[in-house]
Amino acid sequence: MSLSPFDVGSAALVADEDQSLEALDAGRAIEGRSPLRLAFARLRSDRIAWLAAGMIVLMALLAVVAPVLSALTGHSPYNPDLVNGTDSFGQPYGPGQAGFLLGTDNVGRDILVRVAYGARISLLVGVLATLLATVGGTILGLVSGYYGGWIDALLARMMDAVLSFPYVLAAIVLAAVFGGSLPLTIGVIAFFSWAAIGRIVRGQTLSQKEKEYVEAARSIGAGSFRIMFVDILPNLIAPVIVLGTLLVPVAVVFEATLDYLGVGVGPPTPTWGNMLADDQGSAGFGAWWFWVFPSVALLITTLGFNLLGDSVRDALDPRTERLFANRRKKVVVGGGPDASARADTDRLSGGTEAR
Amino acid sequence: MSEAATPVNPASNEPTLAAAPAGDRPLLQLENVVKHFPIRRGIFFKRQIGRVQAVEGVSLEVRRGETLGLVGETGCGKSTLARCITRLHPLTSGRVIFDGVDITRLSAGQLRPYRRRMQMIFQDPFGSLNPRRRVGSIIGDPLAIHGIADGGERKRQVQELMEVVGLNPEHYNRFPSEFSGGQRQRIGVARALALRPSLIVCDEPVSALDVSVQAQIINLLEDLQGEFGLTYVFIAHDLAVVEHVSDRVAVMYLGKIVEMADTAELFGSPRHPYTAALLSASMVADPEKARSSHRVVLYGDVPSPINPPSGCRFHTRCPKAQPLCSVEEPPLRVQAGDPGGHLTACHFPVAPGEQLVGAEPAISAAVTEFVATSPGAGEEETV
Ligand SMILES: Nc1ncnc2c1ncn2[C@@H]1O[C@H](COP(=O)(O)OP(=O)(O)O)[C@@H](O)[C@H]1O
Ligand code: SF4
Ligand SMILES: [Mg+2]
Repeated sequence: MSLSPFDVGSAALVADEDQSLEALDAGRAIEGRSPLRLAFARLRSDRIAWLAAGMIVLMALLAVVAPVLSALTGHSPYNPDLVNGTDSFGQPYGPGQAGFLLGTDNVGRDILVRVAYGARISLLVGVLATLLATVGGTILGLVSGYYGGWIDALLARMMDAVLSFPYVLAAIVLAAVFGGSLPLTIGVIAFFSWAAIGRIVRGQTLSQKEKEYVEAARSIGAGSFRIMFVDILPNLIAPVIVLGTLLVPVAVVFEATLDYLGVGVGPPTPTWGNMLADDQGSAGFGAWWFWVFPSVALLITTLGFNLLGDSVRDALDPRTERLFANRRKKVVVGGGPDASARADTDRLSGGTEAR
Repeated sequence: MSEAATPVNPASNEPTLAAAPAGDRPLLQLENVVKHFPIRRGIFFKRQIGRVQAVEGVSLEVRRGETLGLVGETGCGKSTLARCITRLHPLTSGRVIFDGVDITRLSAGQLRPYRRRMQMIFQDPFGSLNPRRRVGSIIGDPLAIHGIADGGERKRQVQELMEVVGLNPEHYNRFPSEFSGGQRQRIGVARALALRPSLIVCDEPVSALDVSVQAQIINLLEDLQGEFGLTYVFIAHDLAVVEHVSDRVAVMYLGKIVEMADTAELFGSPRHPYTAALLSASMVADPEKARSSHRVVLYGDVPSPINPPSGCRFHTRCPKAQPLCSVEEPPLRVQAGDPGGHLTACHFPVAPGEQLVGAEPAISAAVTEFVATSPGAGEEETV
């Protein structure tokens, strides 16, 4: 069993149980404090988490108001406009010129509008692909770890295979066969991401299923399905949430990479990857604002999710020594869950870097 | 515990034992129960390189309403036997007969009705409760799984159970981490009680608790036995606890039952040298006195159940061992002069009044062998 502050407290209270019962009554509400709720309370007192949330909200707002921006400025995100979008020499406008806040690209499209539209794709792909990968990875990891035997052997090999597969190559082949599209991009990203979660969920399941509470569940007649999803899964929620949060930026970069290589969503849909690729293709005309603004958007998005993931991990696991302990001043609200969350996510980042 | 001959089950409208036919049939019978755990090596082709003989041919009966105590040192297979009884482990061989029905080979689905009648209380009050689920759901789970009650009715029944086991029903929504060890064990008791079982296997239910809390839990279990007509298999390594709660006691050593008798009989005139050693160790509370007085000292550790001694499994530590003991296994039987229910597995049982003074393992070869293999050998083991 883990030694959360609560456990230590209760161990000390064992000696005079009846008195401690009263003491507990006085000190605590009748309603049990869910570990997730405690974590959320800790998260709310974390300034980095607020900053991260701010970055994510900023990008989300940008995505939401993209059509409004387009309407207000009268600048289409798709159609080249050499008449209004370039100067009399056919050169793109720099930031702030001719009413283009972030300038125009070499066919006269408003960079701001295109970055905003790019946010829609990035966030949509990042979140959807991550959701798919998280749900799939969690289910397959649970099944693999719980059943063991040949099912586990098969699924574990699959996870290894997926994790070691040259995913960009695979994406290029798939795009060549089916033609790049939004659903395909989401599918490809989800397919190459689930294994990272699956592997960690599998490992956690392996250790959870040895716990006595699982045996207790079996002794009252619970079936495998119930044990996996009602008993074990709640114990994996913490690492899964952290992993999911940290997977979003990976998916966002993945999507940008595919688009940059021309095997993602593809033009004329404005995506940050496409915009970076356009810059490459326009050698000679290319100006710094072509690539700086999509890059900054990408950076803000990935940084936001990464920082949030870090904060969530710390909030779920307040006991682990923090790398930047002095960076963060937090009110520790109470006992907390899984020490494994940190180790897991470290493994995840290790795993994704290795790819 | 008390002789609860006619089970009463006032709080339940489920069929009770009283309705069951054949009232004098034992509630539980074990026939030659064997449980081995294979030891495997290798990644792809897992070779079996040995096996842990955790339980090796246990036969016993548990009568309705009684408490059968099961004692033995750590690692002798008590928990494994408990899990065989409740079918949490598949048996290697042998039979488990519950209320006249052989449940040994039943599938999970066929087993469900028996799961309702046979519950378990676990040793670890921390590990046996799911830390992520609220107490109300933990206790209510059996009701949900067996479709007995849901919604408000389930909540009502759960709160009633909480009250029965001495918990505040208003703590329904709390998590296990918000309770002390003793309270958690009460939660475990409430969960075991939820289905109104006939048999509860208690696997060292108080070993992890503080002494003062132990008494509370034991009293609770005794009260519940009277109230609900429960039959207990009560596992412990604390002899005082076992003597207090049990009607009959079985002593286990290395996966086998070496002696079994009514509590008073067993504690009054133990026949097996191992039982005698256990008793003499537990009766001398002061360790200083223990060293100097007439006390049986057991040498060394329990041998490994992977490679148990031949013949009588106790012969490597037995002060009365003779050459025969390492060759021939003594059957568990009524020894001359003992009452019918007193079974002992020993070639040379302890005579009533006999002192095993300053005893050493009688087979010196075994001792030297033991000294050579065990780092802790030679030190006195207070069993
Ligand atoms: N799942 C298992 N796999 C392998 N060996 C086990 C397993 N469970 C118990 N054992 C072994 O079986 C023996 C008996 O264990 P146990 O029944 O837990 O003893 P007790 O409860 O009396 O302390 C021990 O040697 C233990 O190591
Ligand atoms: S059979 Fe022999 S070794 Fe075994 S307990 Fe009896 S006397 Fe000791
Ligand atoms: Mg045990």
